[in-house]
Amino acid sequence: MASVDTYVKDFAAFESRICSEAPVWLRDIRKTAIERFSALGFPGAKDESWRFTRVRPLLGHDFRLTPRYDRTALSSRQIDQLCMEDTGCRRLTFVNGHFADDLSDLGRLPAGVRIGSLKSFIESDPEPVQRYLSRYADLGVNPFVALNTAHVHDGTFIHLPKGVRIEEPIHLLYVTRSNGNPVVSHPRTLIIAEDGTRASIVESYVGFESDAYFTNAVTEIVVKENTEIDHCKLQRESDAAYHIATVRAHIGKGSRFKTDAVSFGGTLVRNDLHTVLADEGIECTMNGLYLASGHQHVDNHTVIEHAKPRCSSRELFKGILGGRAKAVFNGRIHVHPQAQKTDAKQTNRCILLSDDAQINTNPQLEIYADDVKCTHGAAVGRIDEDAVFYLRSRGIDDASARRILVFAFANEVLEDLRIGPVREHLTADFDRWLSAARGTGESR
Amino acid sequence: MIMLETRDLHVSIDGKKILKGVNLKVNAGEVHAIMGPNGSGKSTLAQVIAGRNTFEVTRGDILYKGESILEKSPEERACEGIFLAFQYPVEIPGVRNSYFLKSALNSKRKYRGEEQIDAMEFLALIKDKMELLEMKKSFMERPVNEGFSGGEKKRNEILQMAVLDPLLAVLDETDSGLDIDALKVVSSGVNALRGPDRAIVVVTHYQRLLNYIVPDVVHVLVDGRIAKTGDKTLALELEDKGYAEIQNSAPKT
Repeated sequence: MASVDTYVKDFAAFESRICSEAPVWLRDIRKTAIERFSALGFPGAKDESWRFTRVRPLLGHDFRLTPRYDRTALSSRQIDQLCMEDTGCRRLTFVNGHFADDLSDLGRLPAGVRIGSLKSFIESDPEPVQRYLSRYADLGVNPFVALNTAHVHDGTFIHLPKGVRIEEPIHLLYVTRSNGNPVVSHPRTLIIAEDGTRASIVESYVGFESDAYFTNAVTEIVVKENTEIDHCKLQRESDAAYHIATVRAHIGKGSRFKTDAVSFGGTLVRNDLHTVLADEGIECTMNGLYLASGHQHVDNHTVIEHAKPRCSSRELFKGILGGRAKAVFNGRIHVHPQAQKTDAKQTNRCILLSDDAQINTNPQLEIYADDVKCTHGAAVGRIDEDAVFYLRSRGIDDASARRILVFAFANEVLEDLRIGPVREHLTADFDRWLSAARGTGESR
Repeated sequence: MIMLETRDLHVSIDGKKILKGVNLKVNAGEVHAIMGPNGSGKSTLAQVIAGRNTFEVTRGDILYKGESILEKSPEERACEGIFLAFQYPVEIPGVRNSYFLKSALNSKRKYRGEEQIDAMEFLALIKDKMELLEMKKSFMERPVNEGFSGGEKKRNEILQMAVLDPLLAVLDETDSGLDIDALKVVSSGVNALRGPDRAIVVVTHYQRLLNYIVPDVVHVLVDGRIAKTGDKTLALELEDKGYAEIQNSAPKT
């Protein structure tokens, strides 16, 4: 049975292994973080925000860090499987948390643009990293953020200088392969977009069938003024994987920011998605789609903070649950006292395909300004049988009719993904998931 | 050929008896109207022919082209050539009309072992039918019935009917909620389908539709049974006198 101590010991071994490589400022960050993790411990029954998500099962495995990039970890067949037909994307690949140069291809980058392995930037060009790393993701309260921060070593650093537009999507592919030894990795992504930049970034987290491992990811996104940034976190982990992730975004004046969290795999999944609209005139969209069946558990906790006036936010989360899956949705909109003329809308919808699937949904509106427009709506239900009959009365068989309706439901999020290659791939994934969910005799 | 026949048809929903022995024969080439007061079971009859399983056939049979269809699923009935124009067409957000119709067409073709329709063929097929029903091109890319007016929904039903080309078309109160112009357009659509190989059953509460879709036979359904059958003049008689006389003379159950 693993515990806080197990992780702290593993950290000590990690730290001594790499301490000679790391600058002092980074070692200090790690030290503070591990102390914080030690003090917080894993969340338990008393932690309100983890009330419906038990992490005990995570402690039933002895997850260990992988010391370095092992080129033999993936067979070429597995690599082919992963190559998500992301042609046209600039790609960075990581295996078990380590940068895999042979599986990456960034193409030619415009002058001044920094995209690459966090580790190599810390070694060769640390100043921009140091300026932003760990200033946004709060390790004070979330032990997983603290744990990730303690292990900051490799991951992605993206820094787009003023005015730069990158047309091709940037694909960050985080692959995990246990190969018999349960693996933990702490992917860290740091994205800085200066004024006037435009880019789309996809983070994919993938694994292989029935492989047990633990991904503990943290993404910090700092977006300055008048930018247009699309971000998507795609979770397609193995069905035995634990995926705990924090995405913290800090948005500047006049920017348009969209972030999507798509969750198809994992046995226990927790997303903490927190966006701060730190200045005026921002348009923010935060969407999510989660599919769960069998015994999967998917928990999405979102926060959108309106700190200043005249910003708009739209949040749309959709879930499809089958089998005995359990989902949690907690969506908080926090409107600060000076955030007048806020326009916020939150929608959360879930389709239950079976009698045993379950969702706990909790929208929270904390509104401290008085001239605002804030609405939220939640709906949980089964497939509309009238719609099924309508389709069948036109000759479409029962299974296809249900597939059409469930796909249409998910498509509201999928079709809005501004990242083309990802969208196509997800549509195929969706079909596979639905056939599997139906195959276990869950939907009628 | 007898296209549709019901024999002593008894139908219940949640244990409540709605149809109490309906005997109906519709020949190919004919248009039959089914009229009756509210609650008489007209809509139930239409839906049970299409195979809606919330209704239970407790006795009797429904035959299509001489064979019982009670064991056939709604999709099988549709692929065999039965079409129901819904009284309350369902809204299906996120599913485009074009996708829906194409899927339906291809399901039917697959059932028959025919080739699937491609995009070009499909466009050609729907073009004149859309013109006939005065539907704009943009309508094809809209989600099925979402945000449609009553008239648009009913025209969409008739468009689907025109595209799917059934042998037996059952129209469930297609005229409800329509103004005269919409009524005329819908009726042209239906009349375009009349022919010696097809049968049409028009379920309606009001006589007005029957000025445009002139029936060969008119039945009056009262309290779950056909109380009277006549020709198109029966409809005019009903308009004049209402259902009271027939209701009073119908046997009580």
